[in-house]
Amino acid sequence: MNLLVVIQMAGKININIERCKGCGLCIMACPKGCIIVSKKSNKNGFFPAKSDNTDCTGCGACAIICPEAIIEVFHNQSSKIETIAEPAKKPKLSLMKEKA
Amino acid sequence: MKTVFKRTPTLKDCPTHYCPGCGHGIAHRLIAEVIDELGIRGSTIGIAPVGCAVLEYDYIDVDMIEVAHGRAPAVATGMKRTNPDKIIFSYQGDGDLASIGAGEILHAGHRGEQITVIFINNAVFGMTGGQMAPTTMADQITATTPKGRNVAEEGYPLCVSELLAVLPGVSYIERCALSTTPNIRKAKKALKHAFEQQRNKAPGLSLVELLSTCPTYWRMSPADATKWIDNEMTKVFPLGRLKG
Repeated sequence: MNLLVVIQMAGKININIERCKGCGLCIMACPKGCIIVSKKSNKNGFFPAKSDNTDCTGCGACAIICPEAIIEVFHNQSSKIETIAEPAKKPKLSLMKEKA
Repeated sequence: MKTVFKRTPTLKDCPTHYCPGCGHGIAHRLIAEVIDELGIRGSTIGIAPVGCAVLEYDYIDVDMIEVAHGRAPAVATGMKRTNPDKIIFSYQGDGDLASIGAGEILHAGHRGEQITVIFINNAVFGMTGGQMAPTTMADQITATTPKGRNVAEEGYPLCVSELLAVLPGVSYIERCALSTTPNIRKAKKALKHAFEQQRNKAPGLSLVELLSTCPTYWRMSPADATKWIDNEMTKVFPLGRLKG
């Protein structure tokens, strides 16, 4: 039995960190909160935004708000996305309690 | 992996000189995207303002000209009358359009010139050090109003879009904000409509006012500045289509 699970998210972003000015607008815009401030400064002395791409859906909100236009957004092909979790089944509601 | 968003070709691939979080970068990108989507890159002439966006011709890859402070609508009038098949747009800030150039924009709208004006409203003079502009709101602290703008002495904020909307020569006016992702999408739609109006030779001037951030001279973080637009600026400058 193969236990290796490849997690493939629906989206991915790529930030050009040397051109980033660290304004943080993409961090504010990201609905999933998967963009963080890097602890390492770039050559201009700014602390750039960094994506960990853990939960990215590829919505593009960060790219639309970026004033420097340095964010590229990619989508995975839909056939390759695997469902790794299913929603919990809701218990059936009935007006009358079933007798044992 | 399929690319769904990347830098548009009309926006030159170079770093901008703007402060971190400035709305000018977003506005430049929207204009470049609209020019590419309409396919009018070869027939567009832009006019750069005096202000922070004075080096706009370094960032947008269309023919651009730099004109005197506030005189962009006057120059655009001459350019449109001599080249009626070209798309002429001017990009102006609030210190440029609402202060020194108030006469020019008013009479360009009054004459019904077929030009597109993009008006960036950030409520201060950004380039010269954050002084009070005509669009500065009541009680807003700037470099020249350290106790807040006193309406009894310095007057009320000037709503240029409402002023122009009553003129019969103006065909389309909309006010948008560059604060959140949905508002930026709406701003792009408005810009596209304004350029389409001119391309379809609709009579009259089209103007899009964009409420933009100036985090440096509002003295707040870029994220707080976008919230300030949504919470405070939109009370004085309500968003929406005013005409057309």
